[in-house]
Amino acid sequence: MPPAPVERSRAHRVVLAEDSVLLREGLVGVLGRFGHEVVAAVGDAQALRDAVATYAPDVVVTDVRMPPGFKDEGLRAAIALREERPGLPVLVLSQYVQRSYAAELLDTGDGGGVGYLLKDRVGQVEQFVDAFTRVAEGGTVVDPEVVRQLLRHRRDPLERLTPREREVLALVAEGRSNAAIAAELVVTEAAVGKHVGNILAKLDLPPADGTHRRVLAVLAFLRA
Amino acid sequence: MGNRRGADGEAIRPATGADYRASVERTSVWAALRDHRYLTGPAPWRAAGYVTAGAPLGALLLAFLATALVTGITLTVVAVGLPLLLLLALTGLPVAALERRRLRPVDPAPAPSPHLAPGTPGLTAWLRLRLREQATWRELAYTVLMAFVLWPLDLAVAACTLALPALLAIAPAHLALAGGPDSGGVRPAKVWLVDSYPAACGTAALGLVLLLVLLHPLGAYAAARAALARLLLAPRETEARARLAEVTRSRARLVTAFEAERRRIERDLHDGAQQRLVALSMSLGLARLDAEPGGPLAQRLAVAHGEADAVLAELRELIRGIHPQVLADYGLPAAVEDAADRSPVPVDTDAELPRLPEPVESAGYFAVREALANVARHSGATRAAVHARHTGDRLRITVRDNGTGGADPAGGTGLTGLADRLAVLDGTLTVTSPPGGPTVLTLEIPCLPRPSSGPAPTV
Repeated sequence: MPPAPVERSRAHRVVLAEDSVLLREGLVGVLGRFGHEVVAAVGDAQALRDAVATYAPDVVVTDVRMPPGFKDEGLRAAIALREERPGLPVLVLSQYVQRSYAAELLDTGDGGGVGYLLKDRVGQVEQFVDAFTRVAEGGTVVDPEVVRQLLRHRRDPLERLTPREREVLALVAEGRSNAAIAAELVVTEAAVGKHVGNILAKLDLPPADGTHRRVLAVLAFLRA
Repeated sequence: MGNRRGADGEAIRPATGADYRASVERTSVWAALRDHRYLTGPAPWRAAGYVTAGAPLGALLLAFLATALVTGITLTVVAVGLPLLLLLALTGLPVAALERRRLRPVDPAPAPSPHLAPGTPGLTAWLRLRLREQATWRELAYTVLMAFVLWPLDLAVAACTLALPALLAIAPAHLALAGGPDSGGVRPAKVWLVDSYPAACGTAALGLVLLLVLLHPLGAYAAARAALARLLLAPRETEARARLAEVTRSRARLVTAFEAERRRIERDLHDGAQQRLVALSMSLGLARLDAEPGGPLAQRLAVAHGEADAVLAELRELIRGIHPQVLADYGLPAAVEDAADRSPVPVDTDAELPRLPEPVESAGYFAVREALANVARHSGATRAAVHARHTGDRLRITVRDNGTGGADPAGGTGLTGLADRLAVLDGTLTVTSPPGGPTVLTLEIPCLPRPSSGPAPTV
């Protein structure tokens, strides 16, 4: 494993909301290690909104379940923030993933700059920071688990796809670029492009330029 | 005696009318009286015992009541008397308990206590409840009746039907003890003069015949006496219903407590073990960045990291099984879709529901999950469908599969557990599963939508 390629992305200013002190410290450490600055680390949804108002960060990272109700306060705060500040990148971490949550988040703004990840993923620090960076730069990242749920949900039209195409579709839905998919599946980028073209055609999706638009089109299809 | 004795297993079932009627092994004296074999059975002796014991008990009761009353009234001047008189009003409680117990040999139909258990602990609550209950005053009335009327009656009946014939029957012995015919004879029961052994034997025969004949009126009296006791001491229809309602309420409270406990366990795991494991995984991830790539340390860290993540995944599934958060946040339709997503057999879902009371949503969710688990495990189905609607005042969910059928609701503990769980909410579970399929499981729970709060569920 090569040393972390910190220089690849610019440093972001982050407001972090997580009620577990242990995890909050851990996340501050991980983001700091990759050169990002956590300007405020808070423990509940109201403090999150206050901190965003005070610090105007580049990115918000928040837990779903927080005091006082321990329900979905973090998600509600994230959605409200997206409405107040269109385009504010928000990465939501959850102890479990739920496509209803993903759907609500993706419906805010144009769905760009939205991330929804299983909290367990933060253990894979490099992949986590990679996802964080993509969200910060306006991309869409959806947890593979959500994609898996969505794929199971839409069984009928997906039966038209070959197993390989379904694999590619899952990676597209997670917000990966063609290059990243090619690396993951150990094929050429051209082959990936061909698969993606076939998938979009079979599912009657318009050919979309740009990873971000494509993700949203696929997710919209899966959620329909 | 056609009835089967209630087995232990029956006794622990929830109390229903049928259970109260069960376990009648002995017939009552009243029923035995109408049988021509009355005299050869045990019923006359039970009646005799009941009536004979009633007399001394009643006499003791009278003595006690009189003493207590006099003491109470005397002590009223020093204020101690009033509480004493109040306590006297509760004399009916132990007397009634004893009398209900005495009822069993002559009238074996159950006569449970008509009293309710107080909702709050403490003597005051108990006292207040007892004094408010109509049954307490009925029992007091019975006690007074027993002290002043019933026991003299018992005594009289016992004397006429038992003592008189018995005295006649032992006339020969009486005569012999008195010194024989030469002593001038005896007057058994002061009826007539018997001064010879033939006369004594005749009297004895007459006594025996009389005894047999009088056992019938004795039985009739015992039955009437028992009927009166039952009338005053056994729970009335409304009281029985109140008890049943109390049992139902306590069962519902239990289920609510279980639900709360599940949520507490879920929260404890979420706030404790799960967070720590994520933090551990994060530490391991950072450590891996610092380890020399490809070295033994990096390898070991990778293995440890993998283990930590596997434990996390297991814990996540465990927590989902205990109480799914999506149910609390988004309600039944989202939770049903979630369960369907996880089913190995493809499931079509069609659920359009308002937010329903929490216990209803929870019961519905676990029912669907159990049903889908059964589909995957037993049915051999390749497709299942869940349909859920709330119409009028009830939730109705059907789970249908295209499997081989033949599911036995009595066989699987899962389905029985489901039915029990639904029964608490007055819900019903029906399963039709003809051999060859399809299996259709329908559950209905009467309920009204929850007053709306928060956003409507969108999936």
